[in-house]
Amino acid sequence: MILTIYTNKMKYIHILLSCVVALASTQFINAQQTPAAPQSEAISIVGATAHIGNTDVVENAVVVFEDGKITYVGTDTSQAKGKTIDAKGKHVYPGFIAPNATLGLVEIDAVAATDDEDEMGKMLPHVRSLIAYNAESQVVESMRPNGVLMGQITPQGGRISGTSSVVQFDAWNWEDAVIKENDAIHLNWPTGFSRSGTWYDTDRVWEKNKEYTQEIDELVAYFKNAEAYVPGSKEKDLEFEAMDGLFDGSKGLFIHVDGEKEIKDAISFKRKMNLDRVTIVGGYHAYKVAADLKANDISVLVQRTHLNPNFEDDDYDLPYKLPKLLSDAGVLVALEGSGRMERMNSRNLPFYAGTAAAFGVDKELALQMITLNTAKILGMEDQIGSLEVGKDATLFISEGDALDMRGNILTKAFIQGRDISLESHQTELYKRYSNKYQD
Amino acid sequence: MKQNVFLLFCLFSLSLFAQDYFPENKAVKTKSSNYIALESAIIHISPSETVENATLLIKDGKIVDAGKNVKLPENTVKIDAKGKHIYPSFVEVYSDFGIKDIKTAPSSSQPQYEPNRKGYYWNDHVRPEQSATSHFKFDEKTAASLRKAGFGAVNTHMTDGFIRGNGALMALVEGDNFNSNLLNENSGMYYEFSKSKQSRQAYPSSIMGYTALLRQFYHDSKAYQNNIIEEKDLAIESYLAKKSLPQLFSVDDYLDALRADKIGDKFGVQYTIIGSGDEYKRVETIKATNAHFVLPLKFPDAYNVEDPFLREYLSLGDMKHWQYAPVNAKILSENGIDISFTTKGLKSPDDLLKNLKKSVDLGLDKTTAFAALTTQPAKVIGASDLLGTLEKGKIANFIITSHELFEDEFKIHENWVQGHRHSYEPLDVVDISGNYDLVLNGETFDMDIKNKSGKFSVEVKKDTLKLGTKLSYEEDWMTLILSDADKSKEEYAILSSKIEPFQSNFSGKAILANGDTASFKATRQTEESSETSEEEKEEEEESMEMLSMSYPNLAYGRDEASTEPQRLLIKNATVITGESEGTLENTDVLLKDGKIDKIGKDLSDRGAKVVDGSGKFLTAGIIDEHSHIAGTSINEGGHNSSAEVTMEDAVDPDDVSIYRAIAGGVTSIQLLHGSANPIGGRSAILKLKWGENAEDLIYDNSPKYIKFALGENVKQSNWGGNSRFPQSRMGVEQVFRDYFSRAKAYGEKKATGEPYRYDDEMETLLEIINGERFISCHSYVQSEINMLMKVAEEFDFKVNTFTHILEGYKVADIMKEHGAGASTFSDWWAYKYEVKDAIPFNASIMHNQGVTVAINSDDGEMIRRLNQEAAKSMKYGGVSAEDAWKFVTLNPAKLLHLDDRVGSIKEGKDADVVLWNADPLSIYAKPEKTIIEGVVYFDIEKDKAMRDQIQKERQFLIHKMMKAKNKGLETQPIQKKEKAFLHCDSLDDINHIHE
Repeated sequence: MILTIYTNKMKYIHILLSCVVALASTQFINAQQTPAAPQSEAISIVGATAHIGNTDVVENAVVVFEDGKITYVGTDTSQAKGKTIDAKGKHVYPGFIAPNATLGLVEIDAVAATDDEDEMGKMLPHVRSLIAYNAESQVVESMRPNGVLMGQITPQGGRISGTSSVVQFDAWNWEDAVIKENDAIHLNWPTGFSRSGTWYDTDRVWEKNKEYTQEIDELVAYFKNAEAYVPGSKEKDLEFEAMDGLFDGSKGLFIHVDGEKEIKDAISFKRKMNLDRVTIVGGYHAYKVAADLKANDISVLVQRTHLNPNFEDDDYDLPYKLPKLLSDAGVLVALEGSGRMERMNSRNLPFYAGTAAAFGVDKELALQMITLNTAKILGMEDQIGSLEVGKDATLFISEGDALDMRGNILTKAFIQGRDISLESHQTELYKRYSNKYQD
Repeated sequence: MKQNVFLLFCLFSLSLFAQDYFPENKAVKTKSSNYIALESAIIHISPSETVENATLLIKDGKIVDAGKNVKLPENTVKIDAKGKHIYPSFVEVYSDFGIKDIKTAPSSSQPQYEPNRKGYYWNDHVRPEQSATSHFKFDEKTAASLRKAGFGAVNTHMTDGFIRGNGALMALVEGDNFNSNLLNENSGMYYEFSKSKQSRQAYPSSIMGYTALLRQFYHDSKAYQNNIIEEKDLAIESYLAKKSLPQLFSVDDYLDALRADKIGDKFGVQYTIIGSGDEYKRVETIKATNAHFVLPLKFPDAYNVEDPFLREYLSLGDMKHWQYAPVNAKILSENGIDISFTTKGLKSPDDLLKNLKKSVDLGLDKTTAFAALTTQPAKVIGASDLLGTLEKGKIANFIITSHELFEDEFKIHENWVQGHRHSYEPLDVVDISGNYDLVLNGETFDMDIKNKSGKFSVEVKKDTLKLGTKLSYEEDWMTLILSDADKSKEEYAILSSKIEPFQSNFSGKAILANGDTASFKATRQTEESSETSEEEKEEEEESMEMLSMSYPNLAYGRDEASTEPQRLLIKNATVITGESEGTLENTDVLLKDGKIDKIGKDLSDRGAKVVDGSGKFLTAGIIDEHSHIAGTSINEGGHNSSAEVTMEDAVDPDDVSIYRAIAGGVTSIQLLHGSANPIGGRSAILKLKWGENAEDLIYDNSPKYIKFALGENVKQSNWGGNSRFPQSRMGVEQVFRDYFSRAKAYGEKKATGEPYRYDDEMETLLEIINGERFISCHSYVQSEINMLMKVAEEFDFKVNTFTHILEGYKVADIMKEHGAGASTFSDWWAYKYEVKDAIPFNASIMHNQGVTVAINSDDGEMIRRLNQEAAKSMKYGGVSAEDAWKFVTLNPAKLLHLDDRVGSIKEGKDADVVLWNADPLSIYAKPEKTIIEGVVYFDIEKDKAMRDQIQKERQFLIHKMMKAKNKGLETQPIQKKEKAFLHCDSLDDINHIHE
């Protein structure tokens, strides 16, 4: 009964929506801005302060790009060609990259039907985020006015949650969105300690997770089997097939883990499995084992800086200063933003970096933590992450300091040289209602 | 071993009643009626009177006399209690002794909103009509364990429900009939903030629901008494009959004790509080309740801190509580608070004296402790004329003990209840400890017998060679097995001797290894006492070392609970006034008596402490219009209107979120009720004076607010509730119209001057209609925003604030016209369907339309950086820096009708200011000092020092716990209090609804 009523209601809404669509100017209701056409002529941005992304800053810079690639970065104005954009007093940045993101996998949190981020099951290396990535998501387009132009779209849940892909945020569909397909496998490391009781109990006891060692053993066995598997075998194993790239370094392994003990165990797992590219994601206590991480060449995607401390006794600013603690110890650090309301908040990535800077990280290094370092961790530093010749012309011009709310005002953004729209469902509504009141 | 063995000697048959009207068909009814005298004892008649070498004379279960010159009638049976101590048996105030099982109501998938009962109060959890005797069956097993622990009488009651009905005072001995041990069938009314198992009625589901329900119940009782309520209500009638009994309120934490007491004060009831053991945390405030506290003696075990990683999960606050719990009673009594003790929460009543001894060893006065077991609990339940001392005429409930209470070797020999004797340890065990010459078969050995609390051990040596031994000493017989020092020989001798009193030597028969019988003789050389070794003493002294208290008593707590305002002169700062003066460079601000005294250049003030503000920014403190930090619970969702509840009853001053918020420059918040129902609860408007009491956080003369809510939450779209009206936005409108219509009618009736039933909910709604209370309404989509304004206009009032108001930009002109303000998120959206059209330009559009706009957090994380959120309105919509800053200071102050007191830097306003290292609208800004009413509550330098202190204190306590573990004491697994960050949607007590 209830279900029937509900369905009727939904139908009603659908009917209503289609009426509105038919009547209203299509601009407002259509899902996303039309993707920009490929770059047809050289573009030169002249006079801006260029933040290269590798901590270098070039004042009065000339940035030239052609056919989607950067061809010149320097101060020689004679290098400018094609269409010139005068950006005096403004700032040019490489496009920000949101790693470990679920953008395009969920549209509205509370509407289960729009949720495609978590598949059932435990070991799901074969489950791929890319094919569910909604290039027309209104949430995705809202990233661009803040300079967040790329993301690593990552499945959630399970022990091995699946395979991520890296996309850019101006596309017709996932095929033209992708810039690196199946870049990494994501592993949710077992927790060493678990709690008794149910979530609403106030006094829940923490104890050692009795299955912890066994869970690690299972992982080791699983990885060994995957390594032994010969790709393309007659008896095809979809899971192991997907794991293949881990052992030759073509895929990264992202281990989502927070506790000190667990991180230590993850480090030892890397050694044991002889894995090339391992990144810790989250890493609340990673600073306690920073030297070990550095020695083992493990990078960290530090949890959202805009979080509360996990423990009552922790420094109030611990989440703010985690990037500094790790980076000071020589660990390769980039910032991520997963957690509650993570998708719509992904556009605050530059402010996560700004907060890291407020709590001790050099500003240009903070920028690097959402650009070049991210690219390095994704294994894409040859293609994206900085304003360097040969890389994708995925960049933007901002009125001011893009890590600061006051300065992060974009006037132009380019993805692979394409002059993308900075409008969104939200800016359309802004204009529409501002106009309403002006009439 | 004598595990749980008790011997019931029915030597003396007694009857309490001179004229027994129960027929007797199994024997003759005439019984002897002898006196019993316990002689030569040290009698502790009361905590203030001890008589040595005294006699206690009893008859028929009552005390005839006690003292030195007691005249013994001829028909007296004498018992020698030489050297023994006699105390009154203990009295237990809180117990469910003998209460039969209470049936649990069946669960259902949807919450139940109606009561099960008819003819009783409208809420099933209010059960004053319950009576202990009607659910009672004497439980000998429990009685035995209580007697063994020293108790003679308990006040038992049904531990079920909120108002739980009356208790009954029972002597702990099963009489020939029920009447003989029932001392008072009507001995106190019990309360606890918990629901009855007998009903699934959803209301109340939060602490403020309980407090509101209790207030309303008291109002209703009064109305009933005055014949204003026409319906028959058996619950109220029963309450009225019992309201002069002692009223006892059992609580789970000290905050609840204060909450209960506050209600008591309002209605002229002084509750006795059955406490929680954490009262030391705010002893001054606890004292101010004037309540008697019945304290539990359940102390936390040391945590198991052996795992270096698991330790991280343990907070300093929990560790400090471990150290402080055993000194709770001492702290309270030294502050002049009357205390009793209860076994509530203990695994076994035997733990009572064991734990209490810990408290005494840590400095609790022994006489106070004695009284807290006897006279004090007797007083609490109005039984001082029957129990608690050994004075003439009282009930013959007493214990005979080996030593004085709280001595190391103290043990209970016997517990007499109503003259019935229960023995545990024979009175006349001869102490055989000492150093002896043992002569056996011509050989002389050195024998050392030790007595440790009645446990005897022996060491036998031949010269320096130690022999194997095994000693047993029971029922006047000693048996000693001696084996050769060389174990491989397997040779042994068995010695046995009857021990007679008043002999220092003993002798007996020995069976030798070869089977021969011989005699032996042990001659005492010295009486050796078993002293605590030096080492142990040292350790005990060390364990007295306490960490100092802080407020709250956890990490980052302050040294003092309250602080006088300082006189501070902040020099050469960039002052963002938030007033027409705008931003003033190189300016001084003087804070005096908690107010902003002067703003100017080159100010000087001799008494003031100077703070260098050069290169820094001084602003008014941030005000969060919408917050749920510092709240014990957030939603009372048990009804679709809960206007009667107030968040002022749910303030939690010990929430570390307060400290974290002031570290982000926040000085005031509106602690709002959640959005579970269309008409939520009243607000608590707080200053974040970290360390102070809940009551002191609440604004003086606080403006009155209430939370309303619209949309998905109130129609329960996202968690499947479908048994409560409304289920659609259409229904939401009718809820408001219904309640306001009723409130209006209520007001009209009230205005006639005729008697009326005082209704807290209607009073609140009437305040809204009269413009005395302001609405802050959780709202999202334009249709519903519009609707509420129209309903308000229909009833001739204004909606003060729409909070969240994410589609406010669509109806900004209508809001402006109506006069509503807006408190919104900077950039949240897409978390549910109704925020699909939420845009970050919302604040700027509304602002441009002339609506008063604030940016709020509704979040324990975002509240820490509301300055950043304000700055986002510069990015989204180009709001000026000056206006953007007002979004988190002056504008929320306006929305809260507090702009004459806070929100800007202006002479005469409260000295609530923040000193920043950079322009606060910059991402790079952080507060260095947060000052409220002239007191520095956050200081970045002090914070650094506290971090070191916290590490030191953690190490100190971890070390102590490791030691406790090594000493073989019990430890407990580590608990981490999960302080969930509460939001509008946070339904606490879901377990109560859905379990």
